Amino acid sequence: MDGTDEFTILVDGREVPAHDGETLLDVLRRAELETPTLCAHEHLTPAKACRACVVELKGSRALVASCERRAEPGMEVRTDSERVGRARRGVFELLLSQNDLSTASPVTAQAARLGARPGRYRGTRYEKGLHDDNDLYVRDYDKCILCYRCVEACGPDVQNTFALTVAGRGFDAGIAAGYGGDLTDSACVYCGNCVAVCPTGALMDRREHVLRKAGRWDERRQDVVQTTCSYCGVGCQLELHVDPRANEIVKVTSPMDHGVTHGFLCVKGRYGYSFVEAKDD
Amino acid sequence: MREQVLLRRAQAPALDLAAYAASGGLAGLARARAIGREEVCRIVGESGLLGRGGAGFPTGRKWESVRGAAERERYFVLNADESEPGTFKDRVMLETDPFMVLEGLLIGCYAVGAGRAYVYVRGEYRAAAELLGRCLGELEAAGHLAGLGPEGGPLEVELRLGGGAYICGEETALFRSIEGYRGEPMSKPPFPTVAGLFRRPTAIDNVETVANVPDIVRHGPQWLRGYGTERSPGVKLYSVSGHTSRPGVYELPFGAPLAELLALAGAEDLQAVLLGGAAGTFLFPQDFDMPLSYEGAQERGATLGSGALIAFDRDANLWRVAERLGRFFAHESCGQCVPCRVGTRRQHEMLEALAEGRGLGDERELLLELAEVMTDASICGLGHTAAVAVRSLIEAEGRGLLAG
Repeated sequence: MDGTDEFTILVDGREVPAHDGETLLDVLRRAELETPTLCAHEHLTPAKACRACVVELKGSRALVASCERRAEPGMEVRTDSERVGRARRGVFELLLSQNDLSTASPVTAQAARLGARPGRYRGTRYEKGLHDDNDLYVRDYDKCILCYRCVEACGPDVQNTFALTVAGRGFDAGIAAGYGGDLTDSACVYCGNCVAVCPTGALMDRREHVLRKAGRWDERRQDVVQTTCSYCGVGCQLELHVDPRANEIVKVTSPMDHGVTHGFLCVKGRYGYSFVEAKDD
Repeated sequence: MREQVLLRRAQAPALDLAAYAASGGLAGLARARAIGREEVCRIVGESGLLGRGGAGFPTGRKWESVRGAAERERYFVLNADESEPGTFKDRVMLETDPFMVLEGLLIGCYAVGAGRAYVYVRGEYRAAAELLGRCLGELEAAGHLAGLGPEGGPLEVELRLGGGAYICGEETALFRSIEGYRGEPMSKPPFPTVAGLFRRPTAIDNVETVANVPDIVRHGPQWLRGYGTERSPGVKLYSVSGHTSRPGVYELPFGAPLAELLALAGAEDLQAVLLGGAAGTFLFPQDFDMPLSYEGAQERGATLGSGALIAFDRDANLWRVAERLGRFFAHESCGQCVPCRVGTRRQHEMLEALAEGRGLGDERELLLELAEVMTDASICGLGHTAAVAVRSLIEAEGRGLLAG
C-alpha cells in the first residue's frame, strides 16, 4: 500500500475500510465481494478494457472500472444493482459470442457464475487465425479477448521490448507483432511473459499446444517441482511442470507472488529446459 | 432573415488579415490584452457560453480551471476534428472566417496561460487546414502571437491533421493522437483541465465555441445574452442535410423553433429528422415546435449534439437509416473495450437483419438490452451513445410514428 491514510467508503450500503492509493477493486476484494475481472492483473497497469469489474459510483453517469478507479473518501459504490449485474453479464455474453473460449477457463468459469447465457448474441466470430511461426509459443487470435495484458507485459510494465501492439479498429482490432509484420521479424525476445499473463490460451507455449493437439495434456496429473533457475545469479524461482508418465518437463512458470520474478522470466528460464533431459552419450 | 452573428462574413469571407481587421477583426484580442487573463476568463464565464462540440459544458469553467492550475505547463487545443455524420458547420466556419476562429483561439490561449496550442484538423479537411496554416502565418508575422504566452512569453501554435478516425475527435483520444500514440480514449476523471494533453492542464474547445469568443470579449458578457435563451445564450450553427431543397449551414439564436430551421432549409412534408448526429435522436412532426436550445431539447428527451440535422421524407425507411448509423459506429469503435468493440458489431448485425426484413423477432428486445450494456459499461462517449438513435427509433415505432 502506498499510503497510510485510512478511511471508509460505502459499498452496497455498508462501511468498508479503504486506504489511500488503493483501487476500488482492492477494496472490494478485501471486503470479500467477488468481482469478475479479465484484463486486471496484479503486476500490470489496469487496461480498463474488459469492463467486467464495473461498479456503480454515486455521481458518475456511467459505470466505472473498479480495477482502475482509486478509492476516495466519501465514495458510495454499488456492486449489487441491476445495472451492474446486467453490464457484467453483458460483457461475458458479448465475449461468448466473439471468441473460441475452449482454453479460457478464467473467462468461462466467471461467465457461468454470473449467469451469462451462451448464444445470447448471434453474429460473426473472431477469425483471426492461428500463428505457429516460431519454436517457443503459438498465437491463436480466435481466442484473443483483447485484454491488453500481453501488450503491457511486453511493454513498460515488465519487458520493455515493445514487440506487441494493438492494430486495426473496432471488431477488426487485434494484437499485432512488429507493427503488423511477422513475429519472427519483430523485436520479440521470446521471454514468454505475454504467455504467462494471457487469460485465454490465445498465447500458449508451443509444447503445450502440441501436447494438447495430441491429446496428451492433462494439467491435473502434472507434478509441479519448485527449483531455482540455474542460468545466472538473479535467483528466479521456477515451477517445473512435469508429466509423470513420460517423466519430462512440459512447461516452466514462476509464481506470480515471488519476490524476485513476480511471475516473469527470461527466454532461458522459461524455455531453456531441454538440457535437463539430455542424455550423456 | 435573422441577424447573422457567427456567419456574418460567410457571404464575403475575409481571408487575409487586412480584410479581417477592416471588418472589425482583432478588436477582441486587443481588448483581451488590455484587461488581462483573469478578466477574460470572468467575461467568458459570465457570458454563459456553452461548448458547441456536443456536450454543452460551460467554457468559462473550463478556462478558469486551467488558468488556476498549479502547473505552469499548460495547453490549449482547438478541436477541429469535425467527424460527426451530417456535421459540416465547423468546416464552413473555418473556410469562411478562419481569422475569427483563430482570434478566439489566441484569446483562449492567453486567458488560460498556455504556452503552446494545437489545432487538430480533420484529415479530410485539407483546404481548411491549408487556409488555417496560411492565416496563422499571417497572424504570427504581424506580431499577434507575441507576448500571449505565460508571463508575456511566446505562444507557439501547431497545426495537426487527423488520420481519419472519428474516435480522435473524442478529447482524450485526440490527446493520445497528438502525443503520437494510438487514438484510444482514456478514463475521465482525470478531466483534461486537470490532466489533459501530455497529462498537463489543458483547455480543449470546439471551433464554433471559440468563434464566439472575440465578440464576447470585445462587447462584454451581456452581448452573448442578447441572443438565445436564459440557459442557452447565443446563437447556434446547424448543418442541415437529407431530404431538403436547401441543405447547408444555418445560424439561429437558441430557442428558435425546429420548424423555423426546417423552413429555412426547405424541408417539407417530412417523416422525421435525426437531430444531433449519429448519436442523436429521431424527432417526428409532432415535435417540430420544439425550441432549439439545450434545455428545450432535453425536455423532449432529445439532444442538439453537434447541431446536425438530417431530414427524412415519408418514403425513407428509418430502419435502413439506423442500419447505416450502426455500421458507422461499428466501423469507428476503436476496439479498446468489450462493450463497444463487440457491442457495436452486434448492434449493426441486428439492425442489418431488421432493415433487410430477416429479423428473428427478438432483435428489438436484445437491442434495448445491449443499449444498456454499452451505455453503462463502455469507456467513452462513443460507446455511451452508440445506441441512442436506435433506442429512439424503437420507441417511436412503438408509438406508431414510422411511415409505411
